[in-house]
Amino acid sequence: MYFTLAWRNIWRNKRRSYITIASITFAVMLACAMRSVQLGSYERMIETAARFFTGYIQIHKNGYWEDKTIDNSFSYTEDLIEKVASVEGVIEVVPRIESFALASFEQKTKGTMVLGIDPEKEHKLTEVKDKLVEGEYLKSDDQSIMIAKGLADYLRVGIGDSVVLIGQGYHGTNAVGIYPVSGIMKFPVPEQNNSTIYLPLKEAQWLYATGDQLSSLSLVIDKANHVDRIVADIGKDVDLEAYEVMGWKDLMPELVQGIEIDNISSKVMIWILYIVIGFGMFGTFLMMTAERMYEFGVLLSIGMKRIKMQFVIFLEMALMASIGVVAGVMISLPFILYYHFHPIYFGGEMQAAIEDFGVEAAYYFSVQPSLFYNQAWAIFLMAGILSLYPLIVIHKLKPVKAMREN
Amino acid sequence: MSIIKATDITKTYNATAVPVHALNGINLEIEKGEFTAIVGPSGCGKTTLLNILGGLDHPTTGEVTLAGTNITTMQDGKLIDFRLKNIGFVFQAYNLIPVLTTQENVEFIMLLQKRPKQERDARALELLTQMGIADKAGQRPSQLSGGQQQRVAVARALASKPQFILADEPTANLDSHSTSSLLDIMAKMNKEEGATFVFSTHDQRVIDKARRMITLEDGQIISDEKR
Repeated sequence: MYFTLAWRNIWRNKRRSYITIASITFAVMLACAMRSVQLGSYERMIETAARFFTGYIQIHKNGYWEDKTIDNSFSYTEDLIEKVASVEGVIEVVPRIESFALASFEQKTKGTMVLGIDPEKEHKLTEVKDKLVEGEYLKSDDQSIMIAKGLADYLRVGIGDSVVLIGQGYHGTNAVGIYPVSGIMKFPVPEQNNSTIYLPLKEAQWLYATGDQLSSLSLVIDKANHVDRIVADIGKDVDLEAYEVMGWKDLMPELVQGIEIDNISSKVMIWILYIVIGFGMFGTFLMMTAERMYEFGVLLSIGMKRIKMQFVIFLEMALMASIGVVAGVMISLPFILYYHFHPIYFGGEMQAAIEDFGVEAAYYFSVQPSLFYNQAWAIFLMAGILSLYPLIVIHKLKPVKAMREN
Repeated sequence: MSIIKATDITKTYNATAVPVHALNGINLEIEKGEFTAIVGPSGCGKTTLLNILGGLDHPTTGEVTLAGTNITTMQDGKLIDFRLKNIGFVFQAYNLIPVLTTQENVEFIMLLQKRPKQERDARALELLTQMGIADKAGQRPSQLSGGQQQRVAVARALASKPQFILADEPTANLDSHSTSSLLDIMAKMNKEEGATFVFSTHDQRVIDKARRMITLEDGQIISDEKR
């Protein structure tokens, strides 16, 4: 009967309850949508950076990450590859040479990142073949390059044009080569799109005079959330004096930090929203308490324990919060699901303006379960805190005073 | 043997600059099964006395003993429990729970006493039948007349088979027909259930029915007449 009592009490003043529930629903909807975009953007950033660029895990010669020069490369050995490939969750071991070079075509020159890759394995890691918008994908024995579209546009090169690469090779040698462009790729991240050149691994090793040396092994793994476990397992099998094994969070600390800072600011925004809604809820709880003082006095008189009255009041607030939360999630879910599968892409000036900040001009929506239940917890926490007021009022209630003052 | 005993009760309100002495040295004993009316003009202290006898308010000095238990020094939680088990209240404004049906209102005290559902249902229906409102069992208080609501309030007060029923001006809002009918019911309950009834009232019809009349004036008992 306590549940019945609480439920019916909610609907004593229908209009007020509807307004309160609607405000909770609106807050949950807004918070879910905001968090979905936020988390979707983070997921996309991580995916773009880790999944499509560095890989979730990399192995280098110890010290490479502190001093990223071609001199800090290491020998390709079957033994190392086998050890890494045998770790549970590792699907592919992808070798790379990474260095820098000036790329020139006619009167234009630009600093670029040059990646020497095994084309087939690289595709398994970063799906780079799908980024090709013109020309052909590299073969392992090609003596040509693939160039990112932004860079190609800057240099004004097209398929078949030859680009000169000038850089520093292994132990100070000159790295100079001239390569025809066989393919142009378009990347979503502006920084990558404006500066990347791919060469077949063997050609890059020749350009930089590294012999069979590599700068990194990037790993294709089964699940992104297995990173920490796989890093730990590899650490047991390989010599950590000679090699460093790094997960994506270590590889991109700036990204992690940027996400954390942005995440905090977005949480602050959501809490401000909740506080505003909280005042509305508090108003309702205040009125519900004030207009029932007489009734509380009567209930206390006839022998209802304070704890039971407090339980009924708490139940009323929990029920209202639950209805609001469920309605908010139910309304926002189809919207979020739709945009999860159909991200919003910006075009025109908006795209250019957003890309100037170095991020992709699109809204991605996350469907992480936590973004929904975290809103529920936030509302329940707030309802719990706000319900302290009527609970304290009931705790201090004197039956005669309560009945007389009404 | 007295079931209600009030000794040297005083009650002073200090809310204003000048203290108000609502009760001034009340000594009172009520026997089991009595049908007692506390009468007097407005402001004489009837409701205050009833509240103190029912453990709803504390006297400034003196003590109240109900069925051998001194309730004056009882802790809040224990006092609530004591009221639940021993005292039935009937208020002037009925004070039913508006969101519960007639039957649920009567059952409510038994629910607080953790009585089984079957027993609750049976007792509630028995009382509503005795009150002549069994056909209103599924209706909410707002759908009942004042007289019917007060009968539900009496049924609620009797539901837990308390030792005493304290009724504060129970007929103040009722018409003469409803008053007469309610008084008959209460007299019947007094006789059949053996409950001790104490009313505060200035309604002559209630006074006429009472077998004992205690008259208050300025917070003091000025007469105590048994009939």
